[in-house]
Amino acid sequence: MGNTNILLVGVGGQGILLASEVMSEVFRRAGFDVKKSEVHGMAQRGGIVSSHVRFGEKVYSPMIEEGDADIMLSFELMEALRWEHYLKPDAFLATSNVRMVPPICNSGKIVYPDNTAEKLEEIRPEARILDIESTLREVGNSKVTNVIMLGVLSTILKIPEDSWLDVVKEAVPAKLVDVNLKAFTAGRAFMTKN
Amino acid sequence: MKTLLSGNEAIARGAYEYGCVFATAYPGTPSTEILENIAKYKEIKSQWAPNEKVAVEVAIGAAMAGARSLCAMKHVGVNVAADPLMSFTFMEVKGGFVLVSADDPGMHSSQNEQDNRNYAKFAKMPVLDPCDSDEAKQFVGEAFNISETFHTPVMVRTTTRTSHGKGLVKLGEPIERKVSGFEKNFEKMVVLPMNARKLRVYAEERLRKLETFAENTNLNFEEPGEGRVGFITSGIAHVHLKEVLPTAPILKIGMPYPLPINKIRDFVSRFDRVIVVEELDPFIEEQILAAGISVEGKNLIPGIWELNPEIIRDVLEKENIISKKERHESQKSDAIPRPPVFCPGCPHLGIFHALKKAKAKIITGDIGCYTLAAIPPFNAMDTCVCMGASIGNAIGIEKATGSGKGIAAVIGDSTFTHSGLNGLVDAIMNNSHITIVISDNSITAMTGGQPDPRTGWDLHHRENKQMDFEIVARAMGAEHVFSVDPTDIAPTFEVVKRELEADHLSVIISQAPCVLYPKKVKRPKFFTFLDNCTACTMCSRINCQAISRSDELTDKGRNKWQINVDLCTGCGLCIQMCKFDAIRPVSGREE
Repeated sequence: MGNTNILLVGVGGQGILLASEVMSEVFRRAGFDVKKSEVHGMAQRGGIVSSHVRFGEKVYSPMIEEGDADIMLSFELMEALRWEHYLKPDAFLATSNVRMVPPICNSGKIVYPDNTAEKLEEIRPEARILDIESTLREVGNSKVTNVIMLGVLSTILKIPEDSWLDVVKEAVPAKLVDVNLKAFTAGRAFMTKN
Repeated sequence: MKTLLSGNEAIARGAYEYGCVFATAYPGTPSTEILENIAKYKEIKSQWAPNEKVAVEVAIGAAMAGARSLCAMKHVGVNVAADPLMSFTFMEVKGGFVLVSADDPGMHSSQNEQDNRNYAKFAKMPVLDPCDSDEAKQFVGEAFNISETFHTPVMVRTTTRTSHGKGLVKLGEPIERKVSGFEKNFEKMVVLPMNARKLRVYAEERLRKLETFAENTNLNFEEPGEGRVGFITSGIAHVHLKEVLPTAPILKIGMPYPLPINKIRDFVSRFDRVIVVEELDPFIEEQILAAGISVEGKNLIPGIWELNPEIIRDVLEKENIISKKERHESQKSDAIPRPPVFCPGCPHLGIFHALKKAKAKIITGDIGCYTLAAIPPFNAMDTCVCMGASIGNAIGIEKATGSGKGIAAVIGDSTFTHSGLNGLVDAIMNNSHITIVISDNSITAMTGGQPDPRTGWDLHHRENKQMDFEIVARAMGAEHVFSVDPTDIAPTFEVVKRELEADHLSVIISQAPCVLYPKKVKRPKFFTFLDNCTACTMCSRINCQAISRSDELTDKGRNKWQINVDLCTGCGLCIQMCKFDAIRPVSGREE
C-alpha cells in the first residue's frame, strides 16, 4: 500500500500547525511512519500557510509532490483554489467557506471574487465546501477550525475515533477541551449527516 | 520508543543525550527552535546571545573550559560569527564544539541563499549534513565525538526542511555531562602570530587525519541498489531521491567535508554514470571533480532554490533513468495574492504611518517584521541589506548626497542590540544628521517572540536588566533623543516630522509592545458603526489587516469600511483617524 499524503492550507493564525501536529501524532500512535513539513514565512499573521503530512509504511521525503496529494483540508476558501493543483484527480477536498479578504484588496485593484466557491466546484465537483462559518458560531469559538477539520478527517481514515480524541485532548489547553470536543463532533457531523 | 520530532527538536535532544553542557544562539529562521528546545532540558546551561558573533565567542569560552558546547544560528548568522570562527578553527579545542548552521534554500524567510557547507571548507573544519530528524539527533553526538577526538570545531548543517520537518526519532539515554575546567595553554589558545603560524600547520595536519577518518566512518555509507546509474547524496536530497527511486544505489555522504575520496573513487568505478544529488552549491561535486573523478551533478540538478522530489523526478525521467509517472497535470488556479502583512494592531503600523505622513525622503530598513513596510500597501522602506545595516546605509547616503535631512533609518530593538549599536557609534563619530528610528516592541517578534535585551527576562523567563535605549543613546553621544508611543498618532507624527526636518542626529524610540509576544495583548476591541461611515477611507490608511471594505454602500455607491472584530486587537489607531464617530468600542455596542 502506498503512503497517504495530506495537505493542510489556510492563513497564518488559523491553527494549521496544531492540526498537522495532532494528526501526525495520531498516525504515529497507529503504528505508521510519519513525516511532516511546513515553512514558517515572514508574517506571523495573515500570510499563506501550508503543511504537508505524509504517513504509511515507510515515508522518505517530507514533501508532497504537485498533483500527488490524496487529501486536502483547506481552512479558507481562496486557499483551496490556490492549492487545488496539488491534488490527485480522485482526491478528497474539504474546505471551509470562510473568506479572509487579504488587505491587498483594500486598494480596490484586486477583488476577492464572489464566485470563488462556484469556481472551485467547477474544477472539483466533488469538493466539500463546509459551512464552517456557522459551525464556529454554534460552537462559540472562532479559533477551532483546525479541530473541526480533524473531525472531518477522522471520518475518512480508518483510525478509531478515540485515538483522535485522545490526542486532541492532550494538545489543547485544559479549559478549552470541551469546546474543542464539540468542534471535533461538529466536524464529524459534516461527513456523517448526509 | 520512537517519537515525532522536528529536526530542530532532534538537535536539542541530541545535545541532551550527548553530554552538551552549554548552549547559546541568536534567533533566526529556520534555527530558532533549537535553543528553545534545549532550554527545556534543565541539565544544559542555555542562554540567548545578542548576536551570532557573541554566541560563538561565548560557546568557544565554554569549550575552552572543557565543556561540550553548542551554538546555533541561521545561515547568515554565520557571516556575523565568521570572525571568531575563522580563528577558532586553528586552535586546539578541549571541550567538544558544535556549530549548527540552519540554511534556508529557497529563502522562505531570509535575505539571501547561501550554502554554508562552504564555510566548513573555508574554515578547515568538518561539516555533517543530516537528512532527517533521526540523523539530526545522531549527528550531534557524532559531531561532539569528532570535535573531541580531533580537537576541532564541527559544523552540523541543516536546511529548512530538515530543521522544520518532523519525523520519527529513536530516543536514547543521556551520557554524563563533564566540565574538565579551564587550563591555561599559551600556545594553543592565544593566536598571536608566533602561535598562529604553528597552529596554521596544525590545522592542515588535522585535516589529513580527518580525511582518513572520512574513509572509515559510518557517517558515509553505501546503500546497494539496482541499475547502472549510481548516486551520491547528502542531506535532505537523500530522502527526496529515495522517494523518487527507492531502489537507487547510493553512496550517502553524512560528512560532506572532508570527503572520503577513495570510497567515492571505488563507488564511481562500479557504475556507468554517477550523479551527485545535493541541494544548492556543487559542494561535493566540485571536490570529487577536483580529485579527477568523473561525476555529474549540477548539469542536471538545479543549484538554486530548494530541492524537492518533483525536481529530481523530472531529471530522472528526462535522463530515462526512471519511466514516466502518470501525474495529474492540473492548471494552477488564479487565486488572488495574499502577501505577508503586519498583524492587526501591530505597533510598527503607527510609526510607519507617521514616517509616510511626514514625507520621509529615504527610509533605510533592517531585518525584522517591520521589513514588511517595504511592500504594498506601505511601500515605506527603500533599502534592506542585513541585520543592523539600516543606520550605516543611511549615513552613507547622507555623506554621498550631502544632507541627512529627511533620511530615516528604521531598526527594531533586537536588531539594534544585535548590530545596530555599532551603526549609532558611526553616526556619532562622523557627525551624522540622520534620524534613527528604533521601532521597539521589546521582543524578537519575527522569529516567534524570543527575549532580547529590551524584554526584561531571559530564555528561562528569569528577570534581567532591561536596556534603556534613551540612556544608551545619550551615553553614546546622541543629543536629540525622544521616546514616542506609536499608537498615539498625533504626538508621534509631530516628533517624527520635526526631527526629519532638523539638521542634526536624532534618535526616536518608538515603543509599544508586540501584539503577539510574549503574549497576545487583550484590549477592548473596536467595531464600525456603519450608519456613520462616509467611506472617507481614512481608517484604511493605517493599513491594518482587520480593516476591509464592507458590502454596505454609501448613497454615492462607495463601499463603507468595516473592522473584523475577531482580528481587532484594540490598538486604537483607526479610531484616531475617524472624524465621523463611525469607530466605537465593542463594549458600548449594546447601547
